[in-house]
Amino acid sequence: MQTLEYTAPKTLKDAITLLAQKGDAARPLAGGTDVLVQLRVGRRPQVNTLVDLKNIPELTRLSYDPREGLYLGAAVACCHVYEDATVRRMYPGLIDAAELIGSVQIQGRASVGGNVCNAAPSGDTIPALIALSATCSIAGPNGTRSVPMEQFCTAPGRNLLQNGEILVAVRIPAPAPNSGAAYLRFIPRNEMDIAVAGVGASVVLDSAKQRITSARVALASVAPTPLFVTAAGQALAGKAVTDEAAIQAAADAAVAAARPITDMRGTIEFRKQLVGVLTRRTLHIAIQRARGA
Amino acid sequence: MADKVHVRTTINGEATEFLCEPRQSLLEVLRDVVGLTGSKEGCNDGNCGACTVLFNGRMVTSCLVLGVEAEGKNVTTIEGIATPAGLHPIQQAFLENAALQCGICTPGFIVAAKALLDREPNPSEQRIRLWLAGNLCRCTGYDKIIRAVMDASKKMQEVKAR
Repeated sequence: MQTLEYTAPKTLKDAITLLAQKGDAARPLAGGTDVLVQLRVGRRPQVNTLVDLKNIPELTRLSYDPREGLYLGAAVACCHVYEDATVRRMYPGLIDAAELIGSVQIQGRASVGGNVCNAAPSGDTIPALIALSATCSIAGPNGTRSVPMEQFCTAPGRNLLQNGEILVAVRIPAPAPNSGAAYLRFIPRNEMDIAVAGVGASVVLDSAKQRITSARVALASVAPTPLFVTAAGQALAGKAVTDEAAIQAAADAAVAAARPITDMRGTIEFRKQLVGVLTRRTLHIAIQRARGA
Repeated sequence: MADKVHVRTTINGEATEFLCEPRQSLLEVLRDVVGLTGSKEGCNDGNCGACTVLFNGRMVTSCLVLGVEAEGKNVTTIEGIATPAGLHPIQQAFLENAALQCGICTPGFIVAAKALLDREPNPSEQRIRLWLAGNLCRCTGYDKIIRAVMDASKKMQEVKAR
């Protein structure tokens, strides 16, 4: 690994100033489980400074408010997310993804915000967060902005953060009444692998829990970025929770939107098949959770 | 070369200071600077778990932690598992169940198993297998390791019940 400087600013302002000054030569550090590996294999030769964000209060806070929803600081490790009783109760769709990433060792370090910023097409938390209508709270030299999760990733390993900008937190609205969400992925092993395909889904049901008011579906590993499939949600709006034809229509829409590649993990045909199956299964779980089963 | 950084930390209960380069991993520092060579380097990218240590009580792969991040933290390595009175029951169970061959993965497995049994004294076999999924062994086929952890769990509870 190249020679590095390490700095751990205590305020967001200092971190932004530093990152803006150094440009591509600086890289934020949260859990480090992606960036340290990338540095070691020589994939980021321009980096000479790591800016540790774990001493900044805005990035390490995890809190829930019934009106504001979830504030998930970008440097909060996966283990703190899935060990939090409130998050477990309110956002099982996020827990599904946070518990899947790497080993227990990795989950002790890797942050959800880091998974998002790494912008891998296979990043497990991203489709789960898109399904939950999450937004990215960003701060930079020119102030703050908020971006829907589905717009954050722009290409494999690339996101829309500009020079000096930091993902401060992921915000998730408080769950609507009678709503549910889930994330599933396919891997050929039982654990410790990268998604061949993944599907996050959420549904909101009417007060009788008989009809789907709205739904969101997002996919992993089948496009250059995690993919939000609006057509899949539209296929379900107004449909009965037992309407298997509507669920199939949503799955068909997801398959149509997927544009996977063939690589060592799977072929185009296999990934499309997986998207259909996983969309149906994820929707079934989301509906079941929304009905409070 | 970047200036070396002075780090004050606690390793296996003892206040420790060291100098390291910012790019050095905690694993490198433990082995090459502090002289604790029990933690092993397998893959150096967080896959194999041979370098597993407890970092403020949380198990992590020390190859994916920077040495400088240890400032003010509490680190437990395999060297901190046994007591002057003897081996830890998990270490004893690994011996009695022949749960190792070459031994490179063993320190990581023992630290990881201790992290599990400290939190959950009586885990199921499936829970043990999932918890230890981040520790790779190329010799044993895992079965004896799992049996050793189950054995240790049983014995530790018997001791507690006494």
